[in-house]
Amino acid sequence: MSTTIETPDPVADPPGTARPVKGHRVVRSSRMAGAKRFSGLRIVAFAALALMAVGWLLPFLWAVATAFKTETDAALGGLDWIGESGATAEAFVSILSQGNIWVWAFNSLWTSVAITAITVFISAFAAYAFSRLDFRGRRWMFVVILASIVIPPQVLIIPLFYQMLAFNLVDTHWGLILPQVVMPAMVFILKKFFDAVPIELEDAARVDGATRFRIFWSVVLPLSRPILGAVSIFVFINAWNNFLWPFIVINDTLLMTLPVGLQTVISAYGVQYAQIMAQAVLASLPLIIVFLLFQRQIVKGVATTGFGGQ
Amino acid sequence: MSHAATETKGARGPAAAVAGAAGAVPPTGVKRFREARVAWIFLAPFMIAFLLFLVWPILHGFYLSFTDQSLTGAGGGFVGGANYAEAFGDATMWRSLANTVLFTLMSTVPLVAIALVMALLVDTGLPGQWLWRLSFFMPYLLASTVISQIWVWIFNPSVGAANELLRAVGLEPIAWLQNESTNLTAIVIATVWWTIGFNFLLYLAALQNIPGHQYEAAELDGAGKLRQVWSITLPQLGPTTVVVLILQILASLKLFDQAYQMMGGISSDTTRSIIQYIYEAGFVGYRFGYSAAISYVFFAAIIIVGILQAVLLRQRKAEK
Repeated sequence: MSTTIETPDPVADPPGTARPVKGHRVVRSSRMAGAKRFSGLRIVAFAALALMAVGWLLPFLWAVATAFKTETDAALGGLDWIGESGATAEAFVSILSQGNIWVWAFNSLWTSVAITAITVFISAFAAYAFSRLDFRGRRWMFVVILASIVIPPQVLIIPLFYQMLAFNLVDTHWGLILPQVVMPAMVFILKKFFDAVPIELEDAARVDGATRFRIFWSVVLPLSRPILGAVSIFVFINAWNNFLWPFIVINDTLLMTLPVGLQTVISAYGVQYAQIMAQAVLASLPLIIVFLLFQRQIVKGVATTGFGGQ
Repeated sequence: MSHAATETKGARGPAAAVAGAAGAVPPTGVKRFREARVAWIFLAPFMIAFLLFLVWPILHGFYLSFTDQSLTGAGGGFVGGANYAEAFGDATMWRSLANTVLFTLMSTVPLVAIALVMALLVDTGLPGQWLWRLSFFMPYLLASTVISQIWVWIFNPSVGAANELLRAVGLEPIAWLQNESTNLTAIVIATVWWTIGFNFLLYLAALQNIPGHQYEAAELDGAGKLRQVWSITLPQLGPTTVVVLILQILASLKLFDQAYQMMGGISSDTTRSIIQYIYEAGFVGYRFGYSAAISYVFFAAIIIVGILQAVLLRQRKAEK
């Protein structure tokens, strides 16, 4: 799991922070020294940690266990990890063969990628303008954008739906995507990063006769890979799991995203617990795998972006 | 509001301090004009989306709240403050608001306190770092639909794991989600499990920004581990805790997804959140005008919370 890409990360690693030695073990050297010592306190801490971790894993593991049971065993209840008739992948097979889960997964993937790409692209350009370019109204426009961070998107569902009706975008993927690409907090986070990029780097390129666009594209953006990654991860997770807006704007079963689609199946299956758990587990797999692969980047990305205001 | 945002950001360490030091170069004349033109090209895509999908809906929603517009296209006439008058006299609206506040109170304390304990324990550097992070953060990656289905199954009144556990230790089973006195608690439990990973990561990041030499100094002075946590770690987490609290309160006030789905879409008097009521008024009752009015009542409540927090933050800063 140690997929460490050792690029300098000025955001998550401000000067003065000891860089983690290798892989996922993010430990300060000073504490390592103490850590090696055997002590009763450490045993207590380890026990507490293990207990909490098990408690936090159990609900999901229980869902996995249920998914591998026959419907009859699942409906019997009890606390057995394996049902009386043994483990079976029946539930998974029927979900994958009959349901719309593939269609929904594809819809989720493409709309989330589109939302992420558009959001990062338009926010980065705007943030650079606010950070480095001089124009009339720069100050107050930025204040307006900053203030708009407090607007909960949920209070906009009525006028947004009305607008999508007018644009004829209800029940389309563009109707789902477009209202989600405006994330003022991301402009703020990116601007703060661009502000900290040494201006000398750009001056050098300007002396060479590069245009603003060229400077931004080939000097500033490559330097900003860590923050762009962080913002992308954050936007993607939110888009992938968003429920309310897709639930409102999409009615066609074949256009639904995973979270909205799965929700329609509950009633259709009635009491088929094993199948419901199987599809819940299947739907969770993509992000869990991504997390296992990019744990370090995601942990950093969420922390960096999270502090920037959600 | 913008102040609250800037101030919390300011508490973020050295990286933030650097920000703002470098500004735009002040050019003059033709150069300035040309730069402004480039700036507008850079700004245009975001600003168009911003005006279209944020500013316009905010204004149009405000207008709609003064009309009797219906989802079916009927109505649309100006009704003055009638929607607001109705909302303030609507027991269901108050009930939904009260549920939302109650949920916020019940969820915020464990979501901040347990996350802090988790982060402190993980930061001790005990072996198994990736496993701890996976355990605590993984639920945050799940969609609301998935966690709702898992917890509805666990809270199943007859064969759910929660009741099987209660029976195993000799307690009476509970009709978690079906009983009006326990359903909000069940939703709080599921929410704490689901979203704690976010706060955990924020705390963990803050802990790793505390310079190691402070601990070395304390160790030389003979301070034990617990003493170090108490006198070095916790005081320095103050600003982080303020940010985590603010983000958590704002997130909890926006309760909808898991409460709606865990209840199977049923509108229960003890779990209906204010956003669920906005949704129901607009998309079940077809009353867009009324729904818009409730949206603005909720928005006003969020702003009041935001102003309170900004004032508190300023006081904290003044004290220092």
